[in-house]
Amino acid sequence: MDFGLSDDQREIQRTARELLAERAKPERVREHAEAGTSDATLWRELCELGWPGIAISEQHGGQGLGQIELSMLCEELGRSLAPVPFLGSVMAATVIEQDGSPEQRERWLPGLASGETAGALGSAVEGTAELVIGAPEAAVIVLVDEEGSGRVLAADEAELTPVASVDPTRSSARVSAGEDAGEPLGDGGACAGLGRALVSVSSELVGVCDRALAMTVDYVKERKQFGVPVGAYQAVSHRCAQMLLETEQARATTAFAAWAADADPDSLAEAAAMAKACASSAGREVTASAIQAHGGIGFTWEADVHWLYKRAQIDAALLGGATRHRRRLAGILADRIGASATA
Amino acid sequence: MDLTFSPEEIAFRDELRGWLAANQPDPEPAEGGEDAHYAWRRDWQRRLYDAGWAAPAWPTEYGGRGASLTESAIYYEEIGRSRTPLAANTLGLLLGGPTLMVWGTDQQKERYLPPILSAEEIWCQGFSEPEAGSDLASLKTKAVKDGEEWVVTGQKVWTSGAQYSKWCMLVARTDGAVPKHKGLTYFLMDMEQDAVQVRPLRQITGESEFNELFIEEARIPGANVIGGVGNGWKVALTTLMNERAGLGFALQIRLRQLLDDVISIAAERGLLDDALYADQLAELHTRCESIRLLAWKGLTDVERYGQPGPEGSLVKWLWSDTNQRLTQLAVDIVGPEALTAGTSWSYEFLRARGNTIEGGTTEVLKNIIAERVLGLPRLKAAA
Repeated sequence: MDFGLSDDQREIQRTARELLAERAKPERVREHAEAGTSDATLWRELCELGWPGIAISEQHGGQGLGQIELSMLCEELGRSLAPVPFLGSVMAATVIEQDGSPEQRERWLPGLASGETAGALGSAVEGTAELVIGAPEAAVIVLVDEEGSGRVLAADEAELTPVASVDPTRSSARVSAGEDAGEPLGDGGACAGLGRALVSVSSELVGVCDRALAMTVDYVKERKQFGVPVGAYQAVSHRCAQMLLETEQARATTAFAAWAADADPDSLAEAAAMAKACASSAGREVTASAIQAHGGIGFTWEADVHWLYKRAQIDAALLGGATRHRRRLAGILADRIGASATA
Repeated sequence: MDLTFSPEEIAFRDELRGWLAANQPDPEPAEGGEDAHYAWRRDWQRRLYDAGWAAPAWPTEYGGRGASLTESAIYYEEIGRSRTPLAANTLGLLLGGPTLMVWGTDQQKERYLPPILSAEEIWCQGFSEPEAGSDLASLKTKAVKDGEEWVVTGQKVWTSGAQYSKWCMLVARTDGAVPKHKGLTYFLMDMEQDAVQVRPLRQITGESEFNELFIEEARIPGANVIGGVGNGWKVALTTLMNERAGLGFALQIRLRQLLDDVISIAAERGLLDDALYADQLAELHTRCESIRLLAWKGLTDVERYGQPGPEGSLVKWLWSDTNQRLTQLAVDIVGPEALTAGTSWSYEFLRARGNTIEGGTTEVLKNIIAERVLGLPRLKAAA
């Protein structure tokens, strides 16, 4: 048993964190958020570094690394809130690589790996997916329905309506497609790549939580009321401890799911549902606590905590919130009992 | 990252599983009260001891197997999984022995370690006092030097197994003139003397796991000081650190088993199809898994970096809270039987109330996390 990262992984994490601390400073994120634009310069740089293709196989132009490495980048991008179309692209690529036909992989993966084309993944109800992040910039959109079967659409095969979500650091759109639009994903069966996509979102949420906690701890050490730092009051410090507990739960379940994606795929469905349930709750709770612990300042547009809160809200709902994933878990538990009863 | 066991660890686990499958304890005594129950656990420890399984984490020179941290965690997981009782001398095995190994002299180790392992001499822990709980260092039990001996007077509380114990790990004040952490000394006190009176402390479950100790001029030879006079706080911390390790893995598995039992009952009664119950059970399942993962993560941090991360305190906090939620939900699922005195379900939810208090209250754990992990300022204690 070893939860530690390898030296190579540690290096990826360190360089990613340093790069984003430099290139996605809060001022710059704010500029783009207020203008409603994504950061094309940064995106080009990340593409040159091979980020979008980190987990895509070398055969299709990627680096051929695993979900753990991809998750590390998602976490760092969550921490920085960098306004780039990364998450949608890697989720679409994951699903196409895992579940697509050879032709679909051939057609889409090289572009997604190099970043020349962006992608998006949405969960559709009766042919329409709401708030599909990155869809306005995407050349390829994968829609997965409630049964988990998917369709691959070139951007012009779908009907797109850009929507301004509460999180302006990323674009989003409503995506509709007729039953015959685009083509079925692979043989159209259940979508195994979805588990990995859930892990990627969860990883981003872990980064968001970690940053929210760090900002809060810094703030409550500095901010004084009644002559003492507010962080010395247990009403405040115990809230911070609770934030750490929730962050670490999300981190542990997400790390396990990322590991399972590559090393123990049979347990991925359950592990991913657990990670997403945990990370969705943590994301909302931790960022809400961050606003509360910042007091009046935390409610202003000027303080940066609200960007984290908004990103957490979108990510928590993405591909289903905590309640939906707990319902899936309950189904898995019931099936297990059914199986052991008939065995 | 590799969340699997090595071939050696699997071999260790399989050997233990094999032994546990072939060696079940006698049936739990239905009569005879706590004395019979304790004798049953003592007998079980002797059998573990005879087979070399009483304390695998102890070094081989002291009769253990020199098991790694991971193997030791596997040991407690398997003990929990096998639903066998905890060894009678668990405090000696988990706390007393390891403390002696760090602080004891060669003579002390030679004299005291073997009978801990064989359950010939049972150990208890005399730390908490009626007025020194979370603020342990403020304890008042006093030890005064009288020639070669120490004379001890005071009161201890929450002393489990005291009525069966030969030795008590006792922390007493030997110097009242220095700051509170500095005036303490760690002793090994012989319980078999009239100056030590044991009174069972009846708890909300109706049973008496714990006792109060009334100590009136008990005598302790100077040779029974552990770790030097005035060094008691440091020695006590060694004991307390060991309290949070090991056992956590057994508790985590027990929580898992209890949850599986509750899920089975919920399934039988069709409650897994009820969205509200299903949601709560799935949440508990997720918590249970995150406890397991955090416990292992904490352990591998120690193995890799040589020091524990924040996981120890987080695991204790999350486990105790989860056990309370689970046992409370079990009452809703099981129904009136769970509110009937003497049933295992009523015992579980009553006993669970102690979880957020024993071994560090949740409030103290939050303070520890805030101060030592997050680096938040400490609130000045009231004068």
